[in-house]
Amino acid sequence: MTDSKYFTTTKKGEIFELKAELNSDKKEKKKEAVKKVIASMTVGKDVSALFPDVVNCMQTDNLELKKLVYLYLMNYAKSQPDMAIMAVNTFVKDCEDPNPLIRALAVRTMGCIRVDKITEYLCEPLRKCLKDEDPYVRKTAAVCVAKLHDINAQLVEDQGFLDTLKDLISDSNPMVVANAVAALSEIAESHPNSNLLDLNPQSINKLLTALNECTEWGQIFILDCLANYTPRDDRESQSICERVTPRLSHANSAVVLSAVKVLMKFMEMLPKDLDYYGTLLKKLAPPLVTLLSAEPELQYVALRNINLIVQKRPEILKHEMKVFFVKYNDPIYVKLEKLDIMIRLASQANIAQVLAELKEYATEVDVDFVRKAVRAIGRCAIKVEQSAERCVSTLLDLIQTKVNYVVQEAIVVIKDIFRKYPNKYESVIATLCENLDSLDEPEARAAMIWIVGEYAERIDNADELLESFLEGFHDESTQVQLQLLTAIVKLFLKKPTETQELVQQVLSLATQDSDNPDLRDRGYIYWRLLSTDPVAAKEVVLAEKPLISEETDLIEPTLLEELICHIGTLASVYHKPPSAFVEGSRGVMHKRLPARTGSGEGTECPDVGNAAGGSAPEAAPSIIPSQGDLLGDLLNLDLAPPTTTGPTPSTSGMQMGGMDLLGGGLDSLMDESEPPHVPLQTDPPQSPSPQPPSPVYTHTDYTYTDYSHTDSPPDHSSTEHSPPAELGGDIGGSPAMGAGFGAAPTVMPASLNAPVGGGLGDLFDLGGGVGMPMGAYIPPKTVWLPAMKAKGLEISGTFARRAGVIQMELVLTNKAMSVMTDFAIQFNRNSFGLAPAGPLQVLTPLGPNQTIEVSLPLSTVGPVMKMDPLNNLQVAVKNNIDVFYFSCQYPISMLFVEDGKMERQVFLATWKDIPNDNESQFQIQDCHLNSEAASNKLQGSNIFTIAKRTVEGQDMLYMSIKLSNGIWVLAELKVQAGNPNYTISLKCRAPEVSQCVFQCYEAVLKN
Amino acid sequence: MIGGLFIYNHKGEVLISRVYRDDIGRNAVDAFRVNVIHARQQVRSPVTNIARTSFFHVKRSNIWLAAVTKQNVNAAMVFEFLYKMCDVMASYFGKISEENIKNNFVLIYELLDEILDFGYPQNSETGSLKTFITQQGIKGQTKEEQSQITSQVTGQIGWRREGIKYRRNELFLDVLESVNLLMSPQGQVLSAHVSGRVVMKSYLSGMPECKFGMNDKIIIDKAGKGGVTNEAGKSTSGKQSIAIDDCTFNQCVRLSKFDSERSISFIPPDGEYELMRYRTTKDIILPFRVIPLVREVGRTKLEVKVVIKSNFKPSLLAQKIEVRIPTPLNTSGVQVICMKGKAKYKASENAIVWKIKRMAGMKESQISAEIELLPTNDKKKWARPPISMNFEVPFAPSGLKVRYLKVFESKLNYSDHDVIKWVRYIGRSGIYETRC
Repeated sequence: MTDSKYFTTTKKGEIFELKAELNSDKKEKKKEAVKKVIASMTVGKDVSALFPDVVNCMQTDNLELKKLVYLYLMNYAKSQPDMAIMAVNTFVKDCEDPNPLIRALAVRTMGCIRVDKITEYLCEPLRKCLKDEDPYVRKTAAVCVAKLHDINAQLVEDQGFLDTLKDLISDSNPMVVANAVAALSEIAESHPNSNLLDLNPQSINKLLTALNECTEWGQIFILDCLANYTPRDDRESQSICERVTPRLSHANSAVVLSAVKVLMKFMEMLPKDLDYYGTLLKKLAPPLVTLLSAEPELQYVALRNINLIVQKRPEILKHEMKVFFVKYNDPIYVKLEKLDIMIRLASQANIAQVLAELKEYATEVDVDFVRKAVRAIGRCAIKVEQSAERCVSTLLDLIQTKVNYVVQEAIVVIKDIFRKYPNKYESVIATLCENLDSLDEPEARAAMIWIVGEYAERIDNADELLESFLEGFHDESTQVQLQLLTAIVKLFLKKPTETQELVQQVLSLATQDSDNPDLRDRGYIYWRLLSTDPVAAKEVVLAEKPLISEETDLIEPTLLEELICHIGTLASVYHKPPSAFVEGSRGVMHKRLPARTGSGEGTECPDVGNAAGGSAPEAAPSIIPSQGDLLGDLLNLDLAPPTTTGPTPSTSGMQMGGMDLLGGGLDSLMDESEPPHVPLQTDPPQSPSPQPPSPVYTHTDYTYTDYSHTDSPPDHSSTEHSPPAELGGDIGGSPAMGAGFGAAPTVMPASLNAPVGGGLGDLFDLGGGVGMPMGAYIPPKTVWLPAMKAKGLEISGTFARRAGVIQMELVLTNKAMSVMTDFAIQFNRNSFGLAPAGPLQVLTPLGPNQTIEVSLPLSTVGPVMKMDPLNNLQVAVKNNIDVFYFSCQYPISMLFVEDGKMERQVFLATWKDIPNDNESQFQIQDCHLNSEAASNKLQGSNIFTIAKRTVEGQDMLYMSIKLSNGIWVLAELKVQAGNPNYTISLKCRAPEVSQCVFQCYEAVLKN
Repeated sequence: MIGGLFIYNHKGEVLISRVYRDDIGRNAVDAFRVNVIHARQQVRSPVTNIARTSFFHVKRSNIWLAAVTKQNVNAAMVFEFLYKMCDVMASYFGKISEENIKNNFVLIYELLDEILDFGYPQNSETGSLKTFITQQGIKGQTKEEQSQITSQVTGQIGWRREGIKYRRNELFLDVLESVNLLMSPQGQVLSAHVSGRVVMKSYLSGMPECKFGMNDKIIIDKAGKGGVTNEAGKSTSGKQSIAIDDCTFNQCVRLSKFDSERSISFIPPDGEYELMRYRTTKDIILPFRVIPLVREVGRTKLEVKVVIKSNFKPSLLAQKIEVRIPTPLNTSGVQVICMKGKAKYKASENAIVWKIKRMAGMKESQISAEIELLPTNDKKKWARPPISMNFEVPFAPSGLKVRYLKVFESKLNYSDHDVIKWVRYIGRSGIYETRC
């Protein structure tokens, strides 16, 4: 019997012929005709015109023919809804057929016909079939509920099919149970908050029993469903694990992987000191290794999953390095994945073997694979210090092969090795420079340029080398352009005499001839830095770079957790959360690993439970760039202080100054020849002076004049853009620094600030009614560092002044899965010299999901630098995982010292003494305190009332404040009875603090 | 779940197209053809995402099978299903070829309707499928027959039907192993493992309960400890037992029993099936050792000498030995001398293929070749692919031995002794490579 002839009917007029055949009286001829129709349908011809004729063949007792007609119906019913109705009667009749196979066939097919009118008729037969005596019909009906739900969810709910489906979970037949579980899981996915599956210990027990009995596919459905459950405590978790482990010996890899998923998830809840925990870890390795002898496609899926498992629990496979060695005939996708895992498993113990293998791979044919192998050698060097030397020599050998892409790849990784081990392998630079001409890929060129710039002092002809790149500047990719710009600036700072022209050239290329904003911005920053303060420029550009970390390409922990919950699925293959590739509501839920809970405390953590069960409508954790990307940014920027790791600062107010600068600043710098001497180094001491405000510090600094004529004249009602030099003098900072940073607007871009503290305004708005009435005002805690930006470490906090001591009150929460230790904290220079007065007292390691509150006493004797806003504080927190940066804003009121009450005479004299220009007026609205209460309240925050005067029903309060650095602020508060709006005038020699002081008033009075 | 399943020929023409889900449109068929089958580059992944639609594919000879989905499906399951689909088709109509698929397209649609429902794989055991998907029509069945079919398809023992009768109860056990090796040029074993399969053909009446025993170290150690003479137990286990790294079983095996007692008990399917797979890495007998020697004489000549040594009992004979020595792409001519067997340079495969029909244990043989090279200005050195080997030996390189296979059928009147049992061991080369 050959059916292939049906594929060859390509004549014209065939539809007409088919029509005749379909209506033939002979059964055989009819069947033949339907086959031809199906064949045409398969190859994509439109045979919908035959709809009525095909449907006419439906009434037959020949099952084969019936199935063919059904197949046709499923395809075309949607386009011919009116005619499809003709089939309904047959369906309904078939659902009553004595033969269970026919009953099932009818209900199965009906569910696939997506026509509203038909679905209406489907309900009754489906209800019967769900309770059919034959398990084959029931298991088919169970899936049909899911089909119907996909067409009309409301109908399914209204008809009560969901409850019937739930009942099927207790069915006596394992396959019915499995299909019911599959259907419910799918329906539950589109109702994230419904408790459809209602997993509880009893139902779990039923599922586990069915697991032993059903088909391999059913086992997968059940295991995937189990993975969504969160056991109440470790004992339940263990007992489920014990019943799932036998599945690891199943011949079906999908069963094995789904079992691995359940175990990996439930293991989280087991105490690590439990014997069973160790046993389980041991049991996981062999089946994972066995997956590698499956067919290549499955190997690929397995390897992608192993990659996740190795990141989550490296101990499982740490001794299994050899099985990941690449075989010559492995498909390329298997090879690449194996290589990835080899690098992850590389350690001191096995590095010799790994290197030997990698060297072997580097001579293979496939370009991608070879590149990856070369890159892997570099990563080994970074990961295992002992092997670094051998890796470098291996790389040099490879460079000698002169194979173009090998050389380029090697140079890229050598750059990383230089960063990891500074001053160790620079002897190879000469060899690298020989290959300069053969580099044609941007990444390699950029890496080489970085090396030349970084080691400019050791390379005699560094300027020539860089100059040669500069010729085709505009044809280079952005990556290379940026790197070239930085490298030349570095070179200039190292050898200023010979490279003036070069640097001018590159700056003008970057700023004037480029339309790339990043490049222009970076160009302007360098330009300005160089022209205003070469020493600062040196500090910034040639700063010590943070070491690069050992592990690269690690998946961010929250994403990793989610992916572990998706082991075996597409998400684990793509290494992306389902929401990244699934449309609509499905898969939007984020799954989490459960937290460890003891037997007793299980019920106390409903939040965790819900989250892990996937039913809590949580905010989706956004994916932060992987560490690799961040690292790339750091490298590109080459600016060490944390303040500059963000996106490039904006350049407002710079463009117009640019040209002048070149004429003035840069040239004057050149004239001074060797180590650029800058006046600011001889400035008065930088520590805040305890004396009453020093007179306005006026500089004859050449840089300052450049700025002031580009800025608008000082406007004292707003302190934001005051002349930098004045501020510098007042707060005792270095004027040039002040100028540099004051004019180059906030270095921390607004976009970074926003999520951290929400700005000062937010900080105070949040205060809603809490706080002590009489004590010093303490703003409520806000999240400074969200967990997703810091690999699971969340920091929130506030500032307080208690008994004359400024305290930073921090709440550290570990939202990652690993223990955090070795905490330390550092501040960047800030406006008031705030610095930690002691180490961060986190003595015990912070376990997963633990929170600790720490109070850090602060001193005000640290280095000073004007920040914008003034009360901005940039903080670096380190732990065993990484260093994290954030910025927060402190209420300036915590700097108000206790002896801030001025003598009345002094007050009067000072008030007069401060020029009127320095006075600023503000309105405090909606404040319902009388002057007495206000005064008391303010005193709690060290704002002292010196005198009170009543004029025409208006209370005038005169107050004084002294800041920790000795700046006095004098205030006049007008309170009119019955008017909720106060007027406040502030006078200060450093008027830029006024804005902050006003905000404090507002915050204190309103809380 | 699986949204659709397509089968294409090598040209990318659709032979079978079955869509299960509404979110998969007709354009998906074309998307796969254009982006994967007709892609210019070699396929870089068996999973492809095109416009938020994921395609899983496997290839059998020149036929492409592709499963499509828009959801986060269980990827391992999809591939397992595609393999299973191939097995089912093969058991119905033999080799998977364009010809066979076209000839059986109606059957394939019928199968696809049965084993995938709304994209969920259903029972796909050929044993039970063949009872009701026959292409003959099933109107002749009695009610009992029908319910027997449905209970088998959905039942606990879906792989065996009741009422099987044989006059002669007989079973055949094949222990098939493939031994894999990667060796350095200096003769150091870089990695070696055996992946083995126990394939069983059973012709047994009724619903027999079987128990399979082998020289698994864990069991023998356990028995040794429980036994009276502790030392005797040790001495036997030391020599004759093997450490199995991991094993997987046919779905008929009671996994929970294996997990708790490490005993392998099952009701076997009828006919041929794979009972278990296993993997060992310790104490592997490597049947052959390959000693390569490659010398570059100037830029245009290469001298190769390869010695193979057989390493097993002299009384045993290895068969179908084939050594494949890769040659550079710019080879212009080859001269070979070998003591035993036949050797030929195959230009199309870039290799010297040396074939020996039989070779006894503890023997040695040698081949030497001179390879002339065309001078090239290609900078890249020859990658020197490894020398690979194929062979077949009549023992299990892992050392696995079948200790017993007991058959119990309480309802019928035959006992374990009445069953005729045959055991055979075959060791084959898997990927058996030596770098040179």
